[in-house]
Amino acid sequence: MRKILAALVATTVLAGAAQAAEVFPLDRATILSGSPFDFKVEFDAVVKPEDVKITVNGQDYKAALGGQVEFIAEEKNKDKVLGSAVILRGVTIANAGDYKVEVSAGSETRNVSWNVYGTPDQAKAKNVIFLIADGLSVAHRTAARIMSKGMTEGKANGRLNMDDVPPVAFIGTSATDAVATDSANTMSAYMTGHKTAVNAIGVYADRTPASLDDPKVENIAEALRRQTKKSIGIVSTSELQDATPAAVVAHTRKRGDKADINGMLFDVKPEVLLGGGSAYFLPQSTAGSKRKDDKDFIKLFQDAGYKLATSKGELATVAGDNDGKILGLFHTGNLDTTLDREFLKKGTVGKFPEQPGLVEMTKVALDTLSKNPEGFFLMVEAANVDKMSHPLDWDRAVVDTIEFDQAIGVAREFAAKNPDTLIVVTGDHTHGVSIIGTVDDEKPGTDMREKVGTYAEAGFPNYEDTNGDGYPDRVDVSRRLFLNANNGPDHYETFRPKLDGPFAPAIQNEKKEYVANEQYKDVPGAVFVPGIIPKSADSGVHAVDDVVLQAEGPGAEGFRGYMEQSDVYKGLAEAFALGAKQTN
Amino acid sequence: MSKPVQARFNRRQTLQTMGLGLIASLPLLATGTRAQAANSDITFDELYGKVSVLGLEFSEKVKQLNGRKIAMRGFMAPPLKAEAQFFVLTEIPMSICPFCSTDSDWPDNIVVVYLGEKQTFTQPSQTIEVRGKLEMGSWTDPETGFVSLLRIRQAEYATV
Ligand SMILES: [Zn+2]
Repeated sequence: MRKILAALVATTVLAGAAQAAEVFPLDRATILSGSPFDFKVEFDAVVKPEDVKITVNGQDYKAALGGQVEFIAEEKNKDKVLGSAVILRGVTIANAGDYKVEVSAGSETRNVSWNVYGTPDQAKAKNVIFLIADGLSVAHRTAARIMSKGMTEGKANGRLNMDDVPPVAFIGTSATDAVATDSANTMSAYMTGHKTAVNAIGVYADRTPASLDDPKVENIAEALRRQTKKSIGIVSTSELQDATPAAVVAHTRKRGDKADINGMLFDVKPEVLLGGGSAYFLPQSTAGSKRKDDKDFIKLFQDAGYKLATSKGELATVAGDNDGKILGLFHTGNLDTTLDREFLKKGTVGKFPEQPGLVEMTKVALDTLSKNPEGFFLMVEAANVDKMSHPLDWDRAVVDTIEFDQAIGVAREFAAKNPDTLIVVTGDHTHGVSIIGTVDDEKPGTDMREKVGTYAEAGFPNYEDTNGDGYPDRVDVSRRLFLNANNGPDHYETFRPKLDGPFAPAIQNEKKEYVANEQYKDVPGAVFVPGIIPKSADSGVHAVDDVVLQAEGPGAEGFRGYMEQSDVYKGLAEAFALGAKQTN
Repeated sequence: MSKPVQARFNRRQTLQTMGLGLIASLPLLATGTRAQAANSDITFDELYGKVSVLGLEFSEKVKQLNGRKIAMRGFMAPPLKAEAQFFVLTEIPMSICPFCSTDSDWPDNIVVVYLGEKQTFTQPSQTIEVRGKLEMGSWTDPETGFVSLLRIRQAEYATV
C-alpha cells in the first residue's frame, strides 16, 4: 500500500518505470536553511554505484549537498535483501528556495521537491515557552473550565488562563505513514519541522530494522545550540525519555528506545530537566534501573554541573542554589496525576509521596532559565492528559488539564513581566472524547444509565471550589460531567470517578486480546460497553481531529489558519531567527 | 485492587480442576508444614525495603529467602512468546502490553518465573500462586534479552 501511494504522489513517474526509489527527506519536505539533515535514497533493486544519478536543481548531489557519500550495495532485513541505498549524513542547504531532487538508477527513478526556508536575521522573541498538553482535545478544555470555574445559566462563572490565549491555528497531526498519529511523530514535527512516521522521533523512517540508523533531521535543541546561546528547559509529568520530552532532543525510529534517548538528553544537556524516568538514569546494577549498561547518568549530570533534586523539597532547595543547571527526577516512571498526587493519594503516591506538580516545576524552570541574558526555550508538557485519556479516566485527564492551565498561568505571568516572550499553547494530537451532559445520582432508580442527563435533563454540574485553588473540592459530586470516548476496548462504564486509582478498563488474556476488567463489573449500575477497535487495543486511541494551537507574544503571527504540524516549527524558527547565527 | 484473601492453596484439588496431568510430587502443604510454608510466602508489598527515585532496595525478607523455596501470589502477564521459558508475575493484571507497544513499560515490581515443566497458561484475571526457588539479582534471559531482578526458578503454579 505504501509503495503504491508513493508512486501515485511522486511528482513524476517515468512511463514504464517498474520501481520507484524512496527519497528522504520526503517529497514536499520543508527544511530550515543551514540545518543539518541526513539524505538517503532507498532503491528497490540492487543497483551499481556507477548507475546512480542524483541531481539537486540539476547539479550533481555531491557538490550540491556536500558530505560523504555512503553507498550500501545491499540493505537487509535479516536475510531478505531490500535493495541498494545511498546515504549522506549531516548535509546542509544554505540558501532558501525550492529544490528539485532527481534520482535514477537502472529502471528506478524518483523526483521529489523540497522547500528550504530562511528566517529574518533578527529574532522576534527572546524566550519561547511551548506549553503542550499531550492529547489535549476540545472536551478537555471545556470540562476543565466547567469543573474549575462552574457554570450558571449557560455562562461560565470564570475563565481559564488558556481562555485568554488567542486560538490562532488548527493543526493537522497525521503521520507520514498513516492518517492516525502518536506523540512521537507529532511532537517531532513540532520540534523539527519534518513530519515522520508513527513512533519515530527526529528521523525519517527508513526501511532497515535498526532504529538508530534512520535519516536524522535537526531538532530545536540542536538548532538553538548551533545558532544561539540560549538555555533549554524540559519539564514534563512523564518520564523525561517519553515521546514528547524526547522529541526536543532525540533521534530514533522507536520511541521505546528510552535508554538511548536518555543518552541523547545528556548529549544535548538542556539546562533544566524536570520530570520522571529516573529508571533510565540508573546503572543496571541498581535495582529499579531500566538500563542495560553500567552508565550512571545521575553522576554524569552531576559531574556536568547539574544540581540534583529528587523531591518537592529538594526542588525548592536547588531552585535557590544552582549554577543554572537543574536535574529534577521525581519518579522512576511517570509522575502521578494531580488527582492522585494532591487529593486521593492513590496510584503510586504511596511510593513517591514527594512529587512536585507541573506548576512548581514550571516556576523553577522559568526562574532558572531566565537568568540567561540570551534567553531560553522551555517546553512544558502535561503528560497525564493523554495518559489518563487512554484508559478513559476522564476525571484524572480533566484535573490534569486544570493543572496544565495553572502552568499556563505561570507562563503568562512571566510573559507579562518579560514581553519579549512568545507563548504557544497546544496539544500534540487529540482523543475521541466529548462531553454529552451529566450523571445525576439524584435521578430516580438504580439504573445508572437512566441517570445520564442529556439536553435539558442535563442541568448543570454541582462541583464546588470552596478553597479557591482552582480544583473542584471533590470530583465525585452528585451531578457531574459525563465525558465519553467514541472508541475503546471492551470495558465496564461505571458512570463514576475512579477514586481507588486510575481506571484500567481492559486486561489482556492469553490470546493477547483485551477483555473488560472484571474488577468493575460489580460496581452498582455498571454497564458493559463492547469495544469497537481491534481486541489487541488496550485502551482508547488517539483521534485524527485537528488540534487547536494558541499563541501570544512576539512571533505569534507566525501561526495562522490551518497548518501542518511541521509548519509550526517554522513559526518557532522565525521567532528565534534560527536561520541566522546569533553567537559571535 | 482486591487482594486474594483466603482460598488456601490446595494443590491437588486445583490441579485436578485444571485437568493437568502434573504430578503432585511435592506435597509442600501437608498439614505439618503449613506454618513453615507461611514463612516462605512473600507478597509484592514485601519485595522492597526502600523505594526511591535513586533506586529500589530489596527487603530483608527477600534477602533472607534468596535461594530458598518460596510461594508468591500474583497474576500471569501474557507470555512474550507462547514457547517462552518464562512468564512475568505481576501484582495486578496487566492493562497494558509492554511486549506489544513500543512505549509501554513493565511495572517496577515484577517477578520473572521460570517453570520447571511446561504448564498451560491461565486467564489474566486469575490469581495464581507460584512456588519455586527465589533468586535475587540482575539476570538477562539469554533467549530474549529480558532483564529481571527477581526470579522464581524451577517453578510451578496453580490457580488460587
Ligand atoms: Zn497517547
